This record gives sequence, structure tokens and C-alpha cells, in this order.
Amino acid sequence: MAESLLTLSGVHTHIGHYHILQGVDLVVPRGELTMLLGRNGAGKTTALRTILGLWRASAGTIRFESGNIAQRDTPAIANLGIAYVPESMGIFAGLTVRENLVLAARRGPPDEKRLDWIFRFFPPMKKFWQLPAGLLSGGQKQMLSISRAIIEPRKLVLIDEPTKGLAPAIINNLIEAFAELKQTDTTILMVEQNFHAAKSLGDSVAVMDAGRIVHAGRMADLAADAALQTRLLGLSLEAHQ
Amino acid sequence: MISSLLSKDLPRSRILTAMLAAIFAALALAPFIFPGTRPLDVAAKVCVFVLLVASYDLLLGYTGIVSFAHTMFFGIGGYGIAIALSRMEVGWSAIALGTAAAVALSLVLSFLVGLFSLRVKAIFFAMITLAVASFFAILASQLSDITGGEDGITFKVPELLRPAYRLLEEPFLGVTVGGRFVTYYLVFGTSLLLFLALLRVVNSPFGRVLLAIRENDFRAEALGYRTVIYRTIANCLGAVVATLAGVLYALWLRYTGPNTTLDFGIMIDILLMVVIGGMGTMYGAVIGAAIFVVAQNYLQEAMKAFSEALRGVPLLPDLFHPDRWLLWLGVLFVLSVYYFPHGIVGQLRAGTKK
Repeated sequence: MAESLLTLSGVHTHIGHYHILQGVDLVVPRGELTMLLGRNGAGKTTALRTILGLWRASAGTIRFESGNIAQRDTPAIANLGIAYVPESMGIFAGLTVRENLVLAARRGPPDEKRLDWIFRFFPPMKKFWQLPAGLLSGGQKQMLSISRAIIEPRKLVLIDEPTKGLAPAIINNLIEAFAELKQTDTTILMVEQNFHAAKSLGDSVAVMDAGRIVHAGRMADLAADAALQTRLLGLSLEAHQ
Repeated sequence: MISSLLSKDLPRSRILTAMLAAIFAALALAPFIFPGTRPLDVAAKVCVFVLLVASYDLLLGYTGIVSFAHTMFFGIGGYGIAIALSRMEVGWSAIALGTAAAVALSLVLSFLVGLFSLRVKAIFFAMITLAVASFFAILASQLSDITGGEDGITFKVPELLRPAYRLLEEPFLGVTVGGRFVTYYLVFGTSLLLFLALLRVVNSPFGRVLLAIRENDFRAEALGYRTVIYRTIANCLGAVVATLAGVLYALWLRYTGPNTTLDFGIMIDILLMVVIGGMGTMYGAVIGAAIFVVAQNYLQEAMKAFSEALRGVPLLPDLFHPDRWLLWLGVLFVLSVYYFPHGIVGQLRAGTKK
């Protein structure tokens, strides 16, 4: 296994009176796509938001490269090279596609080659370059949200349920795009409910339940073990293919 | 050329373009086409309020900051040059010093208010600015040795700006070119330049970040933007421009007092002008200020003429009696908010898209 880029050790997160993350231990290997799976309410989204500082960890350490980022604020964490694609897509509806992408390019105007590379994944971004993002379709908004996260080379991209609510054709398109993104050595931590997408993209996998990691290993091993899937996720692979 | 001056942020509606061109022409040629004292007063007030409302739009419309301290900064500008001109030798150096001191005080106050209170939720920020503005208004009233208390300060201006001064011996195109003429164009020119500067700010990358923060500050933070810093800078910029608007207004009136700058009614007027014109558009400030100030000054007379024309008809002359002008001003605002929920500019632009 590759060396770790991100390591969570004993991370607890409270939201109001609720104790959501109850000691999460997670290792995200550098250059791999790690799938974070689990039932609804297991704490997957909270885990991503805690890594980015949108929820402050109440205990534990979050080590990114060599530093503990658990108590740093969100802009400082984002500026370390961590991008986030939220479940709600998080686009700025009042700004154009161009403005959304320019905003996300923190090192200056977006690189032309990088833009062409993104347009190859997501042609609608080029077509609707000057259109207010609020007028895009659901799938196009998701493409914009992902494009924004990869407009510059990032060390880590956190992606929350990218296929949620999208048509199968668009899901296949996204899977192809992520497969190509993996070739660029970008480390990705992705929450995904669609097991077909998870299985075809994931290198490693961690399964959450009740605020803890209950299984960690290689995605191929989980995909090959129907009994383990049923025990961990309450599903069988065949049922979701 | 025009597109570049407007920072490529064109009106995007023919009707709006025509309205803006008409207002610009009327203000640019006001001394020639409205030669009387009162019309020129109204034109100068429109210029000042366009600037004041545009600076408030930077906060409310572009950044989503609800502040009630805008008239405080407007007042600081007015009192700054009033105190300087009434206590120092009357001249341009007193104006420069008064303006610089007022801008510096506004910068410090807006920075402190912004840094300490922009972390809290919008409603609490609004409450804090309300408290600070009320404190400042009471302070201005109590420190009567410096501020003139409730009476305010009447002051002299440099000779070039005095009404009795004549720049040209003979009238130019039938208009006396004197101190009022020069002061008007000083107010008009400065307001225009600062408005164009604000337009540039909101269309710059900085302005796009402000829009992103207005839409969702958590998302902006997730992209690495420190929203408190951006909001504080916007707060400071808005305060400085409001201060300069206060300087211009005081120079025009040759007077500064609580009623012309610090009054809470003026804050409500600014809010109405932004909402009626259209938030987050900058051009809304021009339309809102022009309509509001003209209505404030001429609605009473229009109603008087209307009431007299209806003499003999039962009830109606009383209903449109000039004393009821505030009632009708209120009705006009309710109707405008109902029919133009996105402001006049927003509605005209939406109409163009269809």
C-alpha cells in the first residue's frame, strides 16, 4: 500500500448535543482513490466536513502530510491543497460557469491546458462557459462542482456522493472522468452510495457504521466478498449491479 | 470606451440604458437645464445619494452585510470638513485635512466594527451597527462644543465655492458661472468618478468573491477564502465612500448637522433606495436615488396641482391634498416593491432575458 497522505486517529465530532463521529481511525493512501461507504447516518459526510474544518473535531488528530490540521480553520485547510465537492454540489448559482472556476483557481488565472483537459471530461462546461451556474441541469452542476475541485492540481479531493440523483448515462460519464483523474496521481476520498460506481473506481475502502470505521481494506477484496458486503452494508453486490 | 469605463458591466436592458442616459444627461447639464436654486439642490442631492446608496449596495447587495451604521460614516465625512473649516483657516488645506481625518476615523471604526462583529450572524451584526450608530449620534449631539449639538455647524467654504464668487464675468449659455456652478460640478464629477470606481470594484475578482460570500460563505471558505477579511475590506470600502459622500454633501450645503447626516430616517431612505433600485446591481443606486429624491422634493407639488385639478369632485381633492404626500410616497413604495420584487433594475434585466 502507498504511504499515507491523510490519517485520522480517534476523531470525535459533536454537532450540538449529538455525538456523530465516535473515534474515527482512517488512513487515506497517497495517489489512491479511497471509498468511504456506509449506511445513511453512519457519519460519512460529517467525516469529510470534519477533515475540511467545516465541523471542528472535538477530539483526536487529523494528520495531513506531516501536520495536524484538526484545529485549523477551513480556509487554511483548503489552502493546503484540499478541495471539497459537497453533496449539495456547492456551486455559486448567481455566478457564471467561468466565474465559478476562476474563483476556485487560487494560484491565478486557470491554466489553459488544464481547462482543455477539464472540457474533455465535461464538454458542457465549455458550452455554457458564460451561463449563470444556477441555470445548469443537475448533472451539469455536478460536473461544475467537480471541475472546480480539479481546476488546479490538488493534493487531496474530498467528494461527497457525486452520483446522487443523476441519470445512469451521466453516472457512467462521471465514472470515466474519475478513472482518468486517478491517472494524475490525485488522492481522492469519496463517499458513494452507488456500489457499482464505488467498486469500479475504488482502490481502497473504509466502511463506517455509527460514527466509527468498522472495516478497512482493498476495494477489490470487498467487491469479491458478497457475505462481507451484506454484513457491512446490508447489501449484496448482485442486487446493486 | 464606454464599456471599459463601466468595467464591462453594461445595463443589459434598453429601457434601463435609456433611463440611465436620461439621468446622466439631466445631472450633467443640471445647471443649464434646471437653472433655479431648488432644482440644482435636488440634482446635487441626487449625485450625493447615488454615491451613498451605491456604497451601501456594495455591502447589502454584493456582500450580504446588513449595516445600520452607514449614516454614521456619512456623518463623519460631513462633520470632518465642517469642524476643519470652522476651526482652521478656510481653504483647500482645511478641506483636505478634514477629509483625510474623517476617512481615517471611518476606516478605523469600520475595521474595528467589521473585525469584531462580522464573525457573528447577520442579524447580530445589524444590531451591533445600530448600537454603534446610535451611540455616535448621541455623541455628536452631546459634544456640542465640537459638533454644534442639535444645531449642527454652519461653515464657510473656500472663495471658489462661495455663491457670491464669479468665475466668468459674463453668463455662459445664459448661466452664471460662479461658486455654486463650480461646487455642483465638484459634487457631480467626484460622485461620478467614485461611482465608476465602485463599479470597477464589484466587477473585479474581489467583487466576485464578495458575491460568492453573499451566496454561501461556507462554500467560499471551503475554496480557501477568509470571508471575515473580505467582509471587513468591503465594510471599510463602503464606509470610506460614504464618508466622501458626506464630505460632498456638507460642501454643497455649507452646513452639517444631525438632521442632514446622522438621522435614522436617512438610513431608512438609503435602504428603500437600494431595494427600489435593485440590490447587487450598482445601477439600482442611480435609479433608486433619482426616483426617491425627486419624489421627496416634488411629490407634494405634483399632488397640489392634482388636488386643484380635481376641485369639485367629492373626496378626491382631500385624498390628494399635499399634506398627505407621505401617505402617497408610502403607497408608491409598497407598489414598487410588489411589482418590482428584484428592484427596477432587476426587473428590467429579467424582462430583457425573456
